[in-house]
Amino acid sequence: MSEVTLNINGEEHTLEVTPELPLLWALRDILNLTGTKYGCGIGLCGSCTVLIDGEATRSCTLPAAAAEGMAITTIEGFAPNGDHPVQRAWDEEDVAQCGYCQGGQVLAAAALLNRNPDPDDAAIDEALGGNLCRCGTYVRIRKAVKRAAEYTREAGGEA
Amino acid sequence: MTRRDDSGGISRRAFLKVSMLASGALMVGTAWVRDARAGLEGETWKPNLYVRIDRDGTVTIVSKNPEAGQGVKTAFPMVVAECLEVDWKDVRVEQAPLDDRYGRQVVGGSRGTPDGWDDLRIAGAGALYLLTHAAAAQWGVPAAACTARSGVVHHEPSNRSAPYETLLDAATEVPVPEVSALKLKSRPEDFRLLGTFVPGVDNPKILTGQPLFGCDVRREGMLYAQYVKCPVFGGKVRQANTDAVAGLPGITHAFVVEGTDNLSGLMPGVAIVGESWWAVNTAREKLKVDWATTHSDSSEGFAAEAKRLAGTPGAVQRQDGDVDAALDAADTVVEASYYYPFVSHCNLEPQVATALYHESGRLEMWAPTQNPRGARGLIASTLGIPEKNIHIELERIGGGFGRRLTHDYMVETAWIARVVKRPVQLQWTREDDLQHDHYRPAAWHHFRAALGDDGRMSAFDHHFVTFGRNGETISGAGLSPNHYPAGLVPNFRLRQSLIECNIPTGPWRSPGHSAYCWAYQSFFDEVALAAGRDQLEFRLDLLSRSYGEPPLDLERTAGTLRKAAEAAGWGRDPGPNRGLGLAFHFDHGGFVSHVAQVHADGKRITVEKVWSGIDIGPVINLSGARNQVEGCVVDALSTAQLEITFAGGAAEQGNFSDYMLATIDQAPEIECHFIQTDNRPSGLGEPPIAPATPAMANAIYAATGVRIREQPWGKAGIIV
Repeated sequence: MSEVTLNINGEEHTLEVTPELPLLWALRDILNLTGTKYGCGIGLCGSCTVLIDGEATRSCTLPAAAAEGMAITTIEGFAPNGDHPVQRAWDEEDVAQCGYCQGGQVLAAAALLNRNPDPDDAAIDEALGGNLCRCGTYVRIRKAVKRAAEYTREAGGEA
Repeated sequence: MTRRDDSGGISRRAFLKVSMLASGALMVGTAWVRDARAGLEGETWKPNLYVRIDRDGTVTIVSKNPEAGQGVKTAFPMVVAECLEVDWKDVRVEQAPLDDRYGRQVVGGSRGTPDGWDDLRIAGAGALYLLTHAAAAQWGVPAAACTARSGVVHHEPSNRSAPYETLLDAATEVPVPEVSALKLKSRPEDFRLLGTFVPGVDNPKILTGQPLFGCDVRREGMLYAQYVKCPVFGGKVRQANTDAVAGLPGITHAFVVEGTDNLSGLMPGVAIVGESWWAVNTAREKLKVDWATTHSDSSEGFAAEAKRLAGTPGAVQRQDGDVDAALDAADTVVEASYYYPFVSHCNLEPQVATALYHESGRLEMWAPTQNPRGARGLIASTLGIPEKNIHIELERIGGGFGRRLTHDYMVETAWIARVVKRPVQLQWTREDDLQHDHYRPAAWHHFRAALGDDGRMSAFDHHFVTFGRNGETISGAGLSPNHYPAGLVPNFRLRQSLIECNIPTGPWRSPGHSAYCWAYQSFFDEVALAAGRDQLEFRLDLLSRSYGEPPLDLERTAGTLRKAAEAAGWGRDPGPNRGLGLAFHFDHGGFVSHVAQVHADGKRITVEKVWSGIDIGPVINLSGARNQVEGCVVDALSTAQLEITFAGGAAEQGNFSDYMLATIDQAPEIECHFIQTDNRPSGLGEPPIAPATPAMANAIYAATGVRIREQPWGKAGIIV
């Protein structure tokens, strides 16, 4: 066990971890931040997506210790009021069915919009191709990303 | 924003007791009469199990059924709100726990909506009746002259109005009516809220990551568990190094569970429990178990047996006319065989449940379950405890699809909880989930159709090779002898053969239909081509007459087919390397037809667009309804590319690396066309999936000339 200090949602947390403990389980079991979901444990489904320094990252395969010194954003800390353009668009398009993957989808979409404010279908498919949705909400995810892009543009480009 | 309140307190006295008589007529029991008068408790009026109005005006509507993404937690309260005449923005929704007073609390069979339709409308309209009559009595005017809208009762002639919350005391004095006195809206043109696009009530929590799902449950002092079962289904533990595992870092318990022989219940295994899930997961690597296995079922063995059985006559399930004579007499006989494999439910949330076994013998559970009452029965009988000692809170389900109608994960959790006597959460791994599913069974369909001079099928012979145990089809492996085209052709025969199977199977979204519809509707394509007829015209003609009892409502079925075809512009040239395909179906009360358009680059295909014609009576939530159609189309596309195979008695797939669901780039555009009627509403979680697979497969044929007769599609070289 060793001590790591993680910056999560703008707060410093010092945790006792084993070197291989994935960030996902540090979030879920130590910090009770359960918004980040377990889906496969091998980085293939995207349910565990968090933002690390703004980039969508799989937390199930990243050791917590390796995230020291980086800014980690989970779905709980992303925009707690739910008023981010991506969240608004997701609600208005009513994207979620079961909703289990959607925290990861929202963060992956936000990361995409940060680097590409006007993504077309191909760009959306590429950026979100690693986030599985078993309920098949993909059609609405595409619509919601475009709607979020519109909201961001209307707000002057800043999400 | 809705807020969740887990207090769950609903007055037993305030129970609107409604029971369906065999005739279908509704009866209000005496409980309603007595209790409505006693419905005011402190600050809250509780006229029945679904409605609560506080003195501060807060309107709470309870949703009784589990929410698995089918949208019921939004749709059910919408029905109550519609009949209660309150604005949706003013409603807060609360999830009920398992509570026998609600009757059926099941996600399954697409029955939630049709079964709930009367109770929910009565709950809303009954409360409204009491409020309206309370206002009328206060004002000394006839109740019939009062109207209600947006939570306020009005008497227009005297220009008086009263918000509901001011009428609560008076409402308890109103004599309780018979149900026949209530205004139950049923026609789409009367709805204000129903039929509109309403976002899900849990969206705010989902989008900000608030606790909602089974795996989000956290209790003081909670432990985490895994349950290791034999990879070969039904294998028993001879010996395991549990003492060594129990001593590993972070581990509190490791023990063998003898289990039962019930493939849908508590299978034998080893429980590992610890302070964190990761500690348990790490310790599991050190676990060594000597398993005793009793079979070695394999996909290869199943295929060989299926081939042998195909050469046997099979057991006749239904026979109309003289099929052999008609086949002999026909100039053209079309013959083809279709095969689909086992598939997994593959919920994105692997099986999970949390339990606390109290010293008193009371068992508290928090779980995603599609049938909590069924779970309670299984747990009670397995643990030998009374059902009344078991309380189950319904957590939002991270994908159902039928998987959570089987409660192995819950009975495992309950068993472990009784041993460890602390709150404990069992969280399966993805590998556990894929390797211990209750799979949709594979099957082989051998079809022969005789074509008459008129281009119609004069005979249809079908040998269905499926799976059984002890001479009975196993769960999900049956086929109704009355399934179309029975009753649509003059000579019909269904024969059936069973392959002995030790693999657990279970209901998988639209059980059976989601698999075999593809076979029927693909074969119809082949027959229509052989007859030189247009696919739409051939099917409409098939649906134009019946021989004896029709197997489905022909007019409503044809209506959806026409609707989808019209929307898609059936008959047009879709352009180079493109093809259109269509299919109809009816199951679980819903009529759905799809037309799909596919683009092909060699054998690499893109499903570009799907047009759907849907008749489920009135639409309750337009968003939820479209969501189910869209989800079903993507589910069909995904599942057509997947298979679970078995070797040595165990599943060979273990994670998304070898069971990869469809990704966003594969998803087509989907256009829904609802035929709105005032028929009783049907559910929509299942009906759209069955016809989606053949519509796409038929479009692939039209675009590529490749007739897919085996799933997954990759077997025919088709790549999505």
